Amino acid sequence: MMANLRGPWTLFKKELLRFWRVSFQTVAAPVMTALLYLLVFSHVLEGRVQVHGVSYTTFLIPGLIMMSVLQNAFANSSSSLIQSKVMGNLVFVLLTPISYLQFFLAFLAASVIRGLVVGLGIYLVAILFVDLPITYPWLILAFAITGSALLGAFGIVAGIWADKFDQMAAFQNFIIMPLSFLSGVFYSIHSLPPFWQTVSHFNPFFYMIDGFRYGFFGTGDISPAISLSVVAGSFFVLSWLTLKMLKSGYKLRG
Amino acid sequence: MIPAIQLEQVQKHFGGLAALKGVDLTIEQGEFFALLGPNGAGKSTLINLLAGLLKPTSGKLSVLGFDVQAQYADARRALGVVPQELVFDPFFNVREMLRFQAGYFGRGRENDAWVDEIIECLGLTDKAHTNMRRLSGGMKRRALIAQALAHKPPVIVLDEPTAGVDVELRQMLWEFIKRLNREGHTIILTTHYLEEAETLCSRVAMMKQGEIVALDSTQNLLNRLPGKNLQLKLADALPTSLMDLVKFADGLDYTLALNEVAQVEFVLTELRAANVAVVDMQLIEADLEDVFVNLVGRA
Ligand SMILES: Nc1ncnc2c1ncn2[C@@H]1O[C@H](COP(=O)(O)OP(=O)(O)OP(=O)(O)O)[C@@H](O)[C@H]1O
Ligand SMILES: [Mg+2]
Repeated sequence: MMANLRGPWTLFKKELLRFWRVSFQTVAAPVMTALLYLLVFSHVLEGRVQVHGVSYTTFLIPGLIMMSVLQNAFANSSSSLIQSKVMGNLVFVLLTPISYLQFFLAFLAASVIRGLVVGLGIYLVAILFVDLPITYPWLILAFAITGSALLGAFGIVAGIWADKFDQMAAFQNFIIMPLSFLSGVFYSIHSLPPFWQTVSHFNPFFYMIDGFRYGFFGTGDISPAISLSVVAGSFFVLSWLTLKMLKSGYKLRG
Repeated sequence: MIPAIQLEQVQKHFGGLAALKGVDLTIEQGEFFALLGPNGAGKSTLINLLAGLLKPTSGKLSVLGFDVQAQYADARRALGVVPQELVFDPFFNVREMLRFQAGYFGRGRENDAWVDEIIECLGLTDKAHTNMRRLSGGMKRRALIAQALAHKPPVIVLDEPTAGVDVELRQMLWEFIKRLNREGHTIILTTHYLEEAETLCSRVAMMKQGEIVALDSTQNLLNRLPGKNLQLKLADALPTSLMDLVKFADGLDYTLALNEVAQVEFVLTELRAANVAVVDMQLIEADLEDVFVNLVGRA
């Protein structure tokens, strides 16, 4: 491998190992949480609700998978950065010739992998119990990757901005959780009053969930082309801002 | 020759506080250089600027001729920094951390032999597979030093590497660092143990409140003050009868503290009686600590 790519490659590998070493917390736990949601909601609502012509439980699974993919992609970069900052060991990376772009890509790629691994875990367990169609696999993959990249980048911003763990918890609880719960994971937004339908259209999570689900059922609330454009567009805008922030050395190089 | 380190009119302000007030400093390749000064003098600030962890308010810094901002990648490749704070990554063991650190600098498997050598020379062999979190404080310090050396940098900066470290490691560390210096690495260290700087370093900068107040060879600085220290290089170990006088010892080099010059006679008599030959002897006027107190005042 070219010597000057070995730096970011090593950082990427280290970030992968970091979550894999504690995969009980970082992979098994979120899979378990998603399955609990599935159990409870499907038990309460199955038979009463049908969405897009499929049973409620079947409808629920892709949304739960995608929600976990997104939350875990965010958790990976944000928690790694805040921990390294609080522990002080981020200097080991800051002392190296790794550029801000390489730094960004390494953390981003590790976040995407974490998101995909958790998503795959939930999928594999869920299909033991429920028949889940796959209509457009490439759409599923495209949304999983762009979505986790978007949230991975968001996690980098949050990890760099936050100085303390409780600031990070506020990020999780007041931004990530509401956006993911109000995105149509548990319902089709067509079942909402018009006002809330409009509000949902400003939530990027809505497009990620809907597009991802489209890949399974071949139908959704909105065209997947629009969703993918919104998600990819958001990713590019956020990445550009993140890179500007990293380049300036904000909070990292005083 | 391109200097190892060059600072030109470097200023660093933290809000209203001027931590560095226009520092000029050139350190040549191959030097063993000490940066001394009381707490808050600006030593770590200077080092963090070199490492790119801080940005200067004004002025220029370079490492082996590479500007630390414009040519940061080359500058950082040339530099190995041991940070003052005892930081570590709790997810990995010592060897993993060292391999990662070398990898960040673009080094691969071919570097593993060097990593093993560092582990050995810093007495970390038994702990190579121990998680960083479970190392004692002194062992963490060793690992921190090892990490700075992982990519075999030509310029090595140690910010208080011997804080909280036992005698054994100090000796081990300095032997290793002296060897690296002999092999051509430039060494820059800060320490509050002035005897260390005195025996190891050929040149010293003393800082006070963001300024360099003295910059000279260790010898010239020592000659500035009257005093009564006897430096001996012996062919054999010092007789026990003289042990009480020892102020500092490094192998067969001893520094004895004398109350009066007349005591030299007594020392020589004892040495002769014990049949210990004197290889070299010097009556030193004062030690670095005296010079330090004189220039900088008690911290
Ligand atoms: N990040 C920072 N923000 C604000 N002030 C700082 C910062 N870092 C250092 N300072 C201040 O700059 C001055 C120089 O600090 P520095 O750490 O360089 O001292 P030092 O010579 O390394 O001291 P010590 O021997 O205690 O390590 C001090 O007054 C310190 O409080
Ligand atoms: Mg310091």
